[in-house]
This record gives sequence, structure tokens and C-alpha cells, in this order.
Amino acid sequence: MRAFTYERARTPAEAAAAAAGEPGVRFIAGGTNLLDLMKLEIETPRRLIDLGDLKLDEIKATRDGGLRIGALARNTDLAADKRVRKDYPVLSRALLAGASGQLRNKATTAGNLLQRTRCPYFYDTNMPCNKRSPGAGCSAIGGFTRSHAVLGSSEACIATHPSDMAVAMRLLDAVVETVRPDGATRTIPIAEFHRLPGETPHIETALAPGELITAVTLPKPIGGRQAYHKVRDRASYAFALVSVATIIHEDGSGRVALGGVAHKPWRVEEAEAAMPRGAKATTEALLSGARTTAQNAFKLTLAERALGAAMAQPRG
Amino acid sequence: MVEQSDTGLSRRGLMAVGAASAAVASAPGATAAPAQDAPSLATVTLEVNGHKQTLHLDTRTTLLDALREHLKLTGTKKGCDHGQCGACTVIVEGRRINACLTLAVMHEGDAITTIEGLGTPERLHPLQAAFVRHDGYQCGYCTPGQICSAKAMLDEIKAGVPSHVTADLSDKPKLTEAELRERMSGNICRCGAYSNIVEAIAEVAGGLAQGDRT
Repeated sequence: MRAFTYERARTPAEAAAAAAGEPGVRFIAGGTNLLDLMKLEIETPRRLIDLGDLKLDEIKATRDGGLRIGALARNTDLAADKRVRKDYPVLSRALLAGASGQLRNKATTAGNLLQRTRCPYFYDTNMPCNKRSPGAGCSAIGGFTRSHAVLGSSEACIATHPSDMAVAMRLLDAVVETVRPDGATRTIPIAEFHRLPGETPHIETALAPGELITAVTLPKPIGGRQAYHKVRDRASYAFALVSVATIIHEDGSGRVALGGVAHKPWRVEEAEAAMPRGAKATTEALLSGARTTAQNAFKLTLAERALGAAMAQPRG
Repeated sequence: MVEQSDTGLSRRGLMAVGAASAAVASAPGATAAPAQDAPSLATVTLEVNGHKQTLHLDTRTTLLDALREHLKLTGTKKGCDHGQCGACTVIVEGRRINACLTLAVMHEGDAITTIEGLGTPERLHPLQAAFVRHDGYQCGYCTPGQICSAKAMLDEIKAGVPSHVTADLSDKPKLTEAELRERMSGNICRCGAYSNIVEAIAEVAGGLAQGDRT
């Protein structure tokens, strides 16, 4: 691990201003992904700003009947929150499907959104990677691609976003609240928060340098039967090969978002019109334009079957 | 008998040297270490097993290395050092976490319980006694992490925290075998003593509730 200086931020705006002023500054909250990457020298910050004192861990009702989740709310606390369990069960389910009890006790809401891909070539510093070194090339393309993206990938990157929580947030139309280095605040719809890789896979989100997430807001609950169906190589504590988040209403209409298939949670609102006609019709629209390899083409079949399972057996 | 390496250093000694050199080395391959790569030192006070401990350490020191290398509390084990195995599980402010994925300096004033704080050879914690009784290990390397994790896991169930296998999110979770196995999935046992670990934890919890295995 490279050496770094360490300080604790007193206000969100102060943290954002400090981070924008120089390169090599990183915020740290739960640290479960950042420290892992620092040990491998994939992340090499020279200055760490700890957000732990910012009191951004509250989960509060909003005036319009939604929920405002502080950026530092722990994954365990968010999953266990009574309002989330009752009104946004797909979010509880997605959180509980991710990581381990120990990691969920540290991992935060904002950190979960900002976690990096688990592409094995991104993690292997001996191999070229456009995320680590823009322009170096992508070792995954032509490599071992079983876990990689089948949608929205580019010639520069075929990595997936690993989060389960973000898939549920996308399904629920969450909004990310931030503070910028000049102290101004803004909101970013979750659909626009994560980027597709394009030619700049090292730029993963819509955040500007120094911009700090302060909260994620959920609109008022929309009901329906909600489920998160995650398919992985072992029964627990593994990343998704494919995951399917669903909300299904009594008339068969609903919403669906996929995880494990793209550089961001994958949702195509137009495809949701096909939901009353079943999983096959829906996934045909949802997976339109998929580009697969011999190793990851199974994800398309798996997505259809996982959606079928979720439609047949939603759990509240 | 301490295992000797070719250099005459014990494995334990080598690991200590490795940890110490990490504290003084700059970036690998750096020719002349620029000032900005110099280690940064900090002071932190932790409350470990009820005792206040003030440490002066490199900011890079994980909580795990602070416990093992600075405080010589070697009950907490370093397995993967990347949050994948759970051998380093300790209880911080009542919650189980991976000590390898957090920095010591992030825990100013925090109350930390390690396996040494749960029980002693003379006065075993009920979980320790149950692991012995049920043979909940072979090599024992994952055991301190398993026991710290199990202690906090049982508290999570009491607090009503749901899990991936909880059938109804509006219900208070019960300790079924499926729940126990899911909730302990962050602790890997390469000897495969899982069935005995389940029995040991279940005994301390007063038995398993009936439920589907999922």
C-alpha cells in the first residue's frame, strides 16, 4: 500500500472542496472496497478524507412520502429498516443478497454505489486495463469472459457493475443527492448516475471531481410484489452472474432491472410494457442488442429464466 | 518447535519483518523516495477488550495489524487480508466486521472485542466451550473469527436483522439451520468443519428453530 495522509472531514462541503483541490484525494467511509484496492495498489491515494464524522447515516421520511437514505447508512441498517422492509422490500432483498454480514456492517449506501468492478483483469495489475490505465487496452476482451457484460459494453471495456443494491435503486427510480466543491448541491437520477464504458471506462459515474454523495432518495412507495432473484456460483457470499429485480402489480404490469450483465444496472423502461406477456417477451425486449461471447452467452438464457422464476415466486 | 526458514528467521519473525518493512518502504520500484511517499504517522486510542490503548502507527496500518503486530493480540487471524475469508472478524462497537478491511486510525475511541476479550483458557466463553465440545474445527485457524462472528450474529438475530433466507421480511427472524448457515457465510473454514460449527452455535443459542433448508 502506498503511503497517505489521513484526516477526518467536518462538513460535506469542506470534504468536497478539499478533494477537488488536488489529485490523489479519496474519500473513505466503510472502506471495504477502497482498502482492498489500495492493498493491491490499484487505488493509490496520497490523502484520505474520512467521512465518518459527517452524521450522514440517517434514514428519514421525505415530505412527499418517500425515504431519504443518508450516504453513510450501513447496508445492514438499510436492509433492516422497517420502512424499507415494508415499502421497498426489493431493496432489502438486494442488500441482503450481497456480500457477508461483516461487510454489510461496514459498507455504506454511497460506497456501495461507487464500488469498482470485480473484473479479474482490473484486479490483476500485470494485465493491461483501460480502467486502471486509460488507453492501455482491455485484457478481458479475448480473455476469460464468463463473468463479463453482455449489454452496453464497448471496444474499451466489458466489465460489469457488481452492486446488488444499485439494481434495486435503479428499479425504484432513486435519486442521488450530492454536494459539489463550490458548496452547491444537485440531484442525479440513478438512471444517469452510472455510465456505460464507451471510450472512457475509467469514468464510471456522473460525479465531478470532488463531488460528494450526501444521500440517496427513494420516491414514495409504488407497492406491487417485489423480488430480487440473484443467481451466483455458490449459495451465498458471491457476486451475481445474473440478478433480476422485479416489481409486479396485480394486473401483470411492473418493472424489471438486471444486475451482472452490464457496466450499470440494466433497465429498459420500454421493455416493461411486455411484462404482462411473460418473461420471454420481456427479456427479448430487455436484452435487445446483446453482444455475447461463447463463455457468457448463458447469461441471456439465465436472465430469462431468473425473470420467470421471479414472476412465479415473488417474495415480499 | 518454531518453524525455521533458510535464512534462520522463524515464519512468525518473517511476518513481523514484513509488516515492519511495509511501514518504512515507499512505492515498489521507486528510485529515490520523494517526500510525498514518506510514511504518514498518526496516533489513535482504541478500547480493546475493555482497556484503553494508545498507538502511534503508520496510517496504512489496518485494525488487524494494529491488534496483531502492535498489541500482540494474535488470536485474531490474518487469512486472505482481503475480506473474503472472515478469519479476522472482530466486534467493533457491537458489530462484527473484517478487521483487515478497515484502518486502525478510523476507530478512534471505538470499543473493540477480540477473541481474547470473549474468553480465556481458564474461563471459556460458552461459544468457545461449545466449539471444543462439538469439534467445530480441525486446524483452528478460522475459529477465533468464527466465534466472534457467531457471537455478533446471534445478537443480530435478537435485534431482528433479516437475512437473505428470511422468508418473510415482516417477521422476526428465527435461528433455523438455513439462517445460521447463510449468516455465517462470511467465515470460511477450509477444513470443512461446518456441520460441527453449526451444532456448536446452535447449542449456545438454545437449539435450532424448525424451517426449510433453502
